[in-house]
Amino acid sequence: MLKLPIYLDYSATTPVDPRVAEKMIPYLVEKFGNPASRSHSFGWEAEAAVEEAREEVARLVNADTKEIVWTSGATESNNLALKGAAQFYAGKGKHLVTVKTEHKAVLDTCRELERQGFEVSYLDVRDDGLLDLDMFQAALRPDTIVVSVMLVNNEIGVIQPIAEIGEICRARGILFHVDAAQATGKVAIDLAALKVDLMSFSAHKTYGPKGIGALYVRRKPRVRLNAQMHGGGHERGFRSGTLPTHQIVGMGEAFRLARLEMGAENERIRMLRDRLLKGLSDIEHVYVNGDMERRVPHNLNISFAYVEGESLLMAIKDLAVSSGSACTSASLEPSYVLRALGREDELAHSSIRFTLGRFTSVGGHRLCDQAPARQDWPLARTLAAVGNGAGRC
Amino acid sequence: MSYSVKVLDHYENPRNVGSFGKEEEGVATGMVGAPACGDVMKLQIKVGKGGVIEDAKFKTYGCGSAIASSSLVTEWVKGKTIDQALDIKNTQIADELALPPVKIHCSILAEDAIKAAVADYKKKHSEQVSA
Ligand SMILES: Cc1ncc(COP(=O)(O)O)c(C=O)c1O
Ligand code: FES
Repeated sequence: MLKLPIYLDYSATTPVDPRVAEKMIPYLVEKFGNPASRSHSFGWEAEAAVEEAREEVARLVNADTKEIVWTSGATESNNLALKGAAQFYAGKGKHLVTVKTEHKAVLDTCRELERQGFEVSYLDVRDDGLLDLDMFQAALRPDTIVVSVMLVNNEIGVIQPIAEIGEICRARGILFHVDAAQATGKVAIDLAALKVDLMSFSAHKTYGPKGIGALYVRRKPRVRLNAQMHGGGHERGFRSGTLPTHQIVGMGEAFRLARLEMGAENERIRMLRDRLLKGLSDIEHVYVNGDMERRVPHNLNISFAYVEGESLLMAIKDLAVSSGSACTSASLEPSYVLRALGREDELAHSSIRFTLGRFTSVGGHRLCDQAPARQDWPLARTLAAVGNGAGRC
Repeated sequence: MSYSVKVLDHYENPRNVGSFGKEEEGVATGMVGAPACGDVMKLQIKVGKGGVIEDAKFKTYGCGSAIASSSLVTEWVKGKTIDQALDIKNTQIADELALPPVKIHCSILAEDAIKAAVADYKKKHSEQVSA
């Protein structure tokens, strides 16, 4: 049986893969030791599990284990990277560069740095959502110390040219931070090749548990940070706090599975995305937001002109999706990401984000059988394209 | 945030959607927008003898609360005189629909739509009288 509503909001969060959950459980109950306990086997066992997980995170992005620092998620990683680097290198300069379409965890951290006396340039993007490299280069100054650009955008799924940006930054001795929360398991990341100094990760966007993430901190050339959390000196002083072994084990297993299954999974999801897009393209006045080529297959962000997003969500209540409409946000502002693409407010207002993932599957034929009663609403036929994975039907 | 049964009912079975012909006798139109979110609401009333509202219709580009608020007021204004209609307050609409705090402005939009429609009627009516 197809389970309703169908979850198409994988960029908000993903379910924990059952294989991941299974691996976590022993670390809650039997193997509960504190990885920092050096004097007995409970601690050693937990420490070994933490280090194995660190190995898996490092392998997914081709980094060294010593470069991985555990955090509570990408929000904390972004805070540690930006505040930590800006504060440590404040003597070199006071200027940072980022992009208007970044996640709030970057933008609001930059706002806080402005209050602390730093200067931040927030760059526009082109109407395809991508950063223009000439414009980027022009924004750099002699006193620029940190640049932050995300790898995959959470709203429109576009992939920023971080390899090129990294080269430009390295040549000028500027630190480069990348928020990769939405990228792991979706695009290949090779930190041995990329000129990236700091990279943020989150487990819960990649079938791991919520509340755990990591920050990559490059060793060669070495990157220094001011710690933001003080205490027992865990994580080589970068981030104090008792390590949540079960969460870390979950992130490690999730990232291991991502490494092994990414290729096949992306192909399958691309096929589903194409079917969904085909179904939606039959509707008039439908616009895709963001570039379709430089984009992860998991994301379709579409504006349905003349229909307000929140009321559209209410009409398609069998789909769990999100909207860039002002009416769905507490602040009553339409999506700042879509506005940065130059979309008029009305189109931002009428946007729906569909994000597909591991447990999305072709279940349309089942749903179609139930759909006749709903033929009056335009998205009925799109349901024929994609279904929920509960039964992997 | 989840909506009340009443909002969902008005959303799924909106009352009096549409508009009257431009030349119909006694028709007045109120068109208002919410600066907070950019939504737009059009309310039309058809006023008969003694200033009694005989019929009403709406069209709304907006959220579920805005649609429900406008649908509700088309029911409420019917049978009222235009001056009685002006007594409808957004708080009554918000109470009836159990709107959450962020959606109060949607009920204000509906109250404003009534005021705008009545003002339009009075303007046209006084023009007719003076002509
Ligand atoms: C691009 C991006 N950065 C950061 C975050 C925050 O991650 P976390 O929930 O792990 O703090 C998210 C998730 O919403 C995201 O999409
Ligand atoms: S009218 Fe826009 S949020 Fe309700």
